[in-house]
Amino acid sequence: MYKKIRVLVGKPGLDGHDRGAKVVAAALRDAGMEVVYTGLHQTCESIVEAAVQEDVDIIGLSILSGAHMTIFSRILKLLKAKKAIDILVIGGGIIPDDDMKRLQRMGVRKLFGPGTPTSEIVDWIKANAGKSKKRPAKKTRRTRRAPKKSTK
Amino acid sequence: MKREEWDKKLGTCKERNFEFTTVSGLPTKVVYTPDDITGFEHDRDLGYPGEFPYVRGVYTNMYRGRLWTMRQFSGFGTPRDTNKRYKYLLKHGQTGLSVAFDFPTLYGRDSDDSFSRGEVGKCGVAVDSLRDMEILFSGIPLDRISTSMTINPPAAMLLAMYIAVGEKQGVPPRVLTGTIQNDMLKEYQAQKTWIYPPKPSMRIITDILKYCSEKVPRWNTISISGYHIREAGSTALQELAFTLKNGFTYVEHGMAAGLPVDKFAPRLSFFFNAHLDFFEEIAKYRAARRIWAHMMREKFNAQDPRSFLMRFHTQTAGCTLTAQQPENNIMRTAYQALSAVLGGTQSLHTNSMDETYALPTEKAVKIALRTQQLLAYETGVAHTIDPLGGSYYVEALTNELEKGANEYFEKIDRLGGVIPAIEKGFFQKEISRSAYKYQKALEKHDKYHVGVNIFEEEEKPGIEILKIPPEVERYQIRQLRKLRKERNNRRVKEALGLLRKAARDGGNLMPRILDCVREYTTLGEMCSTLKEEFDVYHEPIIF
Amino acid sequence: MSILKSLLAGDKRAIAQTISMVENDIDTAILERIFRHTGRAYHVGITGPPGAGKSTLVNAISKRLLKKNKKIGIIAVDPTSPFSGGALLGDRVRMTDLALHENIFIRSMASRGSLGGLAQATKDAALVLDAAGMDYILIETIGVGQVELDIAEVCDTTVVVLVPESGDSIQAMKAGLLEIADIMVVNKGDREGCERLVTELKFALEMREQKSGWPYPIMKTTATKDEGIEELVSAVESHAGHLVKTGSLEKERKSKLLLRVHELIEQKIRLHLRESFIRENELVKLVDRIYKRQLSPYRVAERITKELVRSSR
Repeated sequence: MYKKIRVLVGKPGLDGHDRGAKVVAAALRDAGMEVVYTGLHQTCESIVEAAVQEDVDIIGLSILSGAHMTIFSRILKLLKAKKAIDILVIGGGIIPDDDMKRLQRMGVRKLFGPGTPTSEIVDWIKANAGKSKKRPAKKTRRTRRAPKKSTK
Repeated sequence: MKREEWDKKLGTCKERNFEFTTVSGLPTKVVYTPDDITGFEHDRDLGYPGEFPYVRGVYTNMYRGRLWTMRQFSGFGTPRDTNKRYKYLLKHGQTGLSVAFDFPTLYGRDSDDSFSRGEVGKCGVAVDSLRDMEILFSGIPLDRISTSMTINPPAAMLLAMYIAVGEKQGVPPRVLTGTIQNDMLKEYQAQKTWIYPPKPSMRIITDILKYCSEKVPRWNTISISGYHIREAGSTALQELAFTLKNGFTYVEHGMAAGLPVDKFAPRLSFFFNAHLDFFEEIAKYRAARRIWAHMMREKFNAQDPRSFLMRFHTQTAGCTLTAQQPENNIMRTAYQALSAVLGGTQSLHTNSMDETYALPTEKAVKIALRTQQLLAYETGVAHTIDPLGGSYYVEALTNELEKGANEYFEKIDRLGGVIPAIEKGFFQKEISRSAYKYQKALEKHDKYHVGVNIFEEEEKPGIEILKIPPEVERYQIRQLRKLRKERNNRRVKEALGLLRKAARDGGNLMPRILDCVREYTTLGEMCSTLKEEFDVYHEPIIF
Repeated sequence: MSILKSLLAGDKRAIAQTISMVENDIDTAILERIFRHTGRAYHVGITGPPGAGKSTLVNAISKRLLKKNKKIGIIAVDPTSPFSGGALLGDRVRMTDLALHENIFIRSMASRGSLGGLAQATKDAALVLDAAGMDYILIETIGVGQVELDIAEVCDTTVVVLVPESGDSIQAMKAGLLEIADIMVVNKGDREGCERLVTELKFALEMREQKSGWPYPIMKTTATKDEGIEELVSAVESHAGHLVKTGSLEKERKSKLLLRVHELIEQKIRLHLRESFIRENELVKLVDRIYKRQLSPYRVAERITKELVRSSR
């Protein structure tokens, strides 16, 4: 089966620090994923709508403004309303320990703190993407291979 | 011993397996000698402190006359919370204030705007109107303190509020000293806090230049900032080149708006990052002074020597702080601060060890302030000006950075200048590529970050963290609603109407904004009015 | 409710998941089931060099169409990195003010190795949107600079967007683009060089006009200021009218379907060959001999093809 992992990388809220989001987006691309980048200053509504229409496996949010509690809970609520809770929500940024625990109880699947190597994020996504996706019966009738890096 | 012989000997020495480049990737040699600065002429290339081309420093006796201003950037929660912190800092020997606003304020939105949800008072102090500003500076005499405000698209409004607070304290505008950041170019390039497109943004900036050159002559009208460019991931060279090029662009716009260069250039100041690579940073500050002085004199024909001076504030690099082993940040910050002082900074912010987690606690910010005081009073580094001047390495590095910056200037000119280059995504692309390259270097262990990819420890940091309770947002919104009821709404409407008219007719916006502010018009109301006239900016997405 | 039913009812999640299925070849049988529900949407292609403002134009056109109460599906194609197989899909960013509208569906697709400016599965994705009841399907090509002509095979109206400063750089690709354009747009019309480009284009399009009877319009727009968009949308509508009136719409669509059948046959044969016919390790061994010039590639291909034809009888 030829299934690309699709990830939405989003910057919700007002915070304009997009260094981390862009580095992660580029790293995921270089790991062979299709990355929908939303740009800055997105509302939770538009992020969730984009995730649904783009049928991504994962929503990854970068939040450095301290508004993580508000934003993550809103994203999860909207996903639930759209019956799209099979889309995993992960995040990165400056999130204190006890907030992290609360967010994970709330349903945020994984949070990456500052200094996380991008390879760790890539590995986690590869191991978890698509696992909870509810799909109609899969009929793998043909196979196609991903374009491979030419070695010549 | 002859050089050839020594080189031969060196060839027999085993070298550590390490990439010997600066943190920005510039190659470094094992040793520097006079050969690396051939043609160096002391009087022409360095000069004396306070003399052209000001490589060694902008003032004649530098820190012997007056130490740098110790200015910790701070603000959180409600204006009352922050006012308390300011008084604490002043009590402990801080010599200037530096206001950090929360995100809604930075974007010109009120605390009850739907976009502000969850952000009020989080990353800085919430200011919705003059009333908040009055509380923020209550008990702080504006004629005896200088205040720096990190504010960009709504800079005109916050400056107007500051002026109005001064009026209420009986301090006339001509006495006020301080800085507004007001540097929109680097916002489009790196920091990404914008409201309007570049053209109206530049108009607001030139309006401020004009107004202040008349009425608030001691105010620093633009703090041309490389700090955020660097934080977004640029190299030292890119920080230097982009920042100075932005500076020249402001000068061009000011002159095109009919201001004589010497009327506003002396009030332009700079803001740089102090990053990990000690010598590279020092060379960066020195090169910046030389480039600025030459360009101001030779390209813009400035006459007043004050126009030649590249005065700058420095902040240690936030992006180098680690969440891991946070106490290490104290040492990291100290080395960075030392580079800023040896580089001749005019003011300095030292980061607190806990800033990867949250805004700093009182204890952490006190250690950061003490770090500066230690440098100033114990180490002796402030006794002698530019003590590294004449070092073969530092001079060679200074020359190299200057040369690299000139190459960038030409490249940007070929793209049509700074604003067209922004529209084409040039800076954004340059910066995000450098950021990605650095991240890859860390992951390949070509570069090290202690606690992150070397000498890691399994530990959970046990440091205390400042929490902003959600009550702050509710309180701020309540106060704002109360204000809207109490003020004279008819006059607010009139003032906003006149602001809109000025936006359309091209009159200077500053007096109209000041009128709005005096009527307790909110920041959000003023900015939405201008948004309707000026439109909003959409960024080109570039990787 | 089955996914097909939800899809036909226009449910966005169902549309999105169906597109993924056809894009990933998980379930192409669904195409069989939806095909009879398609054929109603009008397809408009937007192509042009990088930086021409295609996404911004799609955004502006969509806003106009929304005002006319139309349902719009948008497909924006971005390039897949040939090295990693990954892609950065960033076109949505310019369409954020649209994305929440109930009558809009936007999907980004990575080209996944396809070279003609679209993705392999763009045609199938367009079918899904068609079945979901879209009135218009707007397809935006990659725009990385190579000649992107596939768009004309999918769309009823092809809009080619240029900008004044692309003047010189487009010389090489202009010929191809002019061949497929039904409407030319000079975007960023407020910039220098606009008039010159318009004159050049007029001259170039005269010949085609005489042949087809459609007066190839050259429009000036400034998409960021919403200027010239009304006129562009009218031009698309009159092109549609022209196609219907002259019977070209049916003719064109039939020839596109014929092309599609051919394509699918070739695809199936290629797959069949690769999966069940060609034994890769045997071929590898043969290559050894070919390398030593004991055999020629022509001879080998000939032999295998003959075998295939025999086996299918």
